[in-house]
Amino acid sequence: MIAIAYALPSILVFATSALLVLVGAVGVIVLKNPVHSALSLIMTLFGVAMAFVAQSADFLAAVQIIVYAGAIVVLFLFVIMFLGVDRREAVRVEPLVGQRAFAGVGVFITTAGIIALMARSHWVTGPPAVSSGGVAASTGSGNVRELGTAVFTTYLFAFEATAGLLIIAVVGAVLLARRERSVTPEEGLA
Amino acid sequence: MSSWMAAADPLYAHGVSWAVLIILVIRLFIAFGVLMTAVIFMIWFERKTISDMQSRIGPERWGPFGLLQTVADGIKLIFKEDLIPAQADRFVFKLAPYLVVVPAFITFAIVPVGGTMTIAGHTVQLQVADPPMGILLMLAMSGISVYGVMLAGWSSGSKYPLISSVRASAQMISYEAALGMTIVTIVLATGSLNTHDIVTAQAHGIWHWNVIRLGIVPFVVFLIAITAELNRPPFDVVESESELVGGFATEYSSFRFAIFYLAEYINTITMSAIMVTLFFGGPAGWAPPIPHFKWVFPIIWFLLKTTIFAFSYVWFRASLPRFRYDQLMDLGWKRLIPLSLGWMLLVAGFLISRAWGFLMGALVLFAWFLLLRAFDLGATRAASDSSVLATVGERPIPGPVLRAMTDGEEQ
Repeated sequence: MIAIAYALPSILVFATSALLVLVGAVGVIVLKNPVHSALSLIMTLFGVAMAFVAQSADFLAAVQIIVYAGAIVVLFLFVIMFLGVDRREAVRVEPLVGQRAFAGVGVFITTAGIIALMARSHWVTGPPAVSSGGVAASTGSGNVRELGTAVFTTYLFAFEATAGLLIIAVVGAVLLARRERSVTPEEGLA
Repeated sequence: MSSWMAAADPLYAHGVSWAVLIILVIRLFIAFGVLMTAVIFMIWFERKTISDMQSRIGPERWGPFGLLQTVADGIKLIFKEDLIPAQADRFVFKLAPYLVVVPAFITFAIVPVGGTMTIAGHTVQLQVADPPMGILLMLAMSGISVYGVMLAGWSSGSKYPLISSVRASAQMISYEAALGMTIVTIVLATGSLNTHDIVTAQAHGIWHWNVIRLGIVPFVVFLIAITAELNRPPFDVVESESELVGGFATEYSSFRFAIFYLAEYINTITMSAIMVTLFFGGPAGWAPPIPHFKWVFPIIWFLLKTTIFAFSYVWFRASLPRFRYDQLMDLGWKRLIPLSLGWMLLVAGFLISRAWGFLMGALVLFAWFLLLRAFDLGATRAASDSSVLATVGERPIPGPVLRAMTDGEEQ
C-alpha cells in the first residue's frame, strides 16, 4: 500500500464528500418518491464534485455540476414531472423473472472486483496524483490547460468520436420525436 | 500545497494564520452586508425608476424619498402567516427557496469588486473567492438555481406553479447554452478561467475591454441570455401575471416568499456585476494619483458600471413587452445558440492567424446560411393537409394532454 501522511483538513474534506456520496446513493434507492430520489442523486453528484476539488481537478468538478447536476438530473425531473410518475412505485413487481438474484450476483462481482483492484494495485489516487503533476502545481489554472492539451492532442480521436456519437443521438432523438402522423383535426383539437 | 494556494489567492502567500482567517471572515461579512444593502436599494431603485417612467410618484412614505419602503415591506412579509398547501410536498417545499438563494450568494463571490489592498502586511484581493474554476462557478450555480425554481413549482401541488416551473426550467437550460458559448469566447481570448485574470487582461484601457475586443456580438448575446436566465422582463413568462397567477412562487408566503424575492434581486445585481467583469473591464478605470486611497477608485468604477446595468434591467422592464413562450424558445435555440457558436469559431480563428480567421468567417457564414434555409424549409413545410405539425405557436395543445399535465391523477 502507498503510505501517505494525510493532513486533517484533507481527511475532513474526504469524509464529508464520502458521506454526501454514500448518503445520496443510498437515498436514490431507498426513497419512495422519484423526485426525492432525483434530489438525492444531486447530493451524490455534489459529493463527487467535492472529491474532484479536493484532488484539485477543479475543471472536472465544475463540469460535473454544470453537466450532470445542471442538465441531466433536470432532464430526469422533467421526465418525472411530465410523465406523472411522481408517486410511489410498485417495487414488489419483477418485470424479469429472477432479476433480484442476478442483480445480487452483479453487485457482488462488482464490489469484489473493486476491492480486489484497490488492494492489489497502485492506481488509487492519493493527494499527489493530480495536483503535483509538475508544472500544474505552480499555476492556478495549469490543471485546466493540461486537461485541454491532453483532450485535443493525445485523445483527440476519442474526443471527436464522442462528439459524433452525441450528434447522432441528437439527430436520432429529433427524428423519433418529429414523427408525422395523419389525424383528423377534431382529434387534434379535442 | 502552499504554492498552489498562493497562486489561487495572494492572501495565502505566507501560509494561513489567525490574521488571514480574520481578514477572510471580514471580507465575507462585508460582501454579504453590501449585497443585502444593495438589494434593498435595488428594489427601491426599480420601483422609483419605473414610477418615473410611468409618470407616477412611487414609494415615498417611509424615510427620505421612500428609501425605507423595502425595509418596511420586508418586516411586513416576515410577520405574515407562513402557509404550506395541503397538497404540498412539505420537505421539498421548504427546501426550494434555499436552492435559489444560496447559489445567488455564491455567484457573487467570484466577482472582483476592486484591485488589491494591503492590510497588516497581507495582500488582500477585493473579491470573496478566486477559485481556479473561476467563471465556470457562475454557470454551475445558475445550473443549481434551476432546481429551486423547478422544485418550488412542483412541490406546491398546484397547477399554475407547475406550469411555471416547467417553463422556467426549460427556459433557463436553453439559454445556458448560449451563455456558456459566449463565456467560452471570453475564456479563449483571455486564456484563463479566473475572473481575476479576465479583469486584468482588460485593464489597459477601453480598447482592451472584451465588449470591443471581441466585437459587440458576444456582449449582446450575453445580455439577452442573462436576462432570460434571470427570468426578468421581457423574458418573464415564468411569472406572467395574466397567465400564471404569480408563477412558481404562487403558493409561497411570508419569509419563504421573501427569500425568493431576495434571490431574484441578488441575481439581478450579481449578473450586472458579472457582465461588467466579463465585458467592461470590471474595476478598470482612470484613477487619480492620490496616495493611500488608490484602492478606492476601482471600487467606484465598478459600482458605477454595475449601476448602469442594473438600470438597464429596469429600463427593459418598463419599455419591452413580454415575449410569447414559443418566441422565447425560438430566440434561444434558433438565433442565439448558432450566433454565439459561430462567433466563438470566428474569434478562435482570428486568435490563430488572420488567414484562419477569414477562412473561419467564410465557413461560419456558409453554415449560418444553411441553417437559415433549414429553418425556412421547416417552418413552411406541410407533409399533408392534415399534418399535426402546425407551426409551434399555432399548434393547439390537445385537451387530454393539457389536463394530464396540470391536474395529474386527480381526474
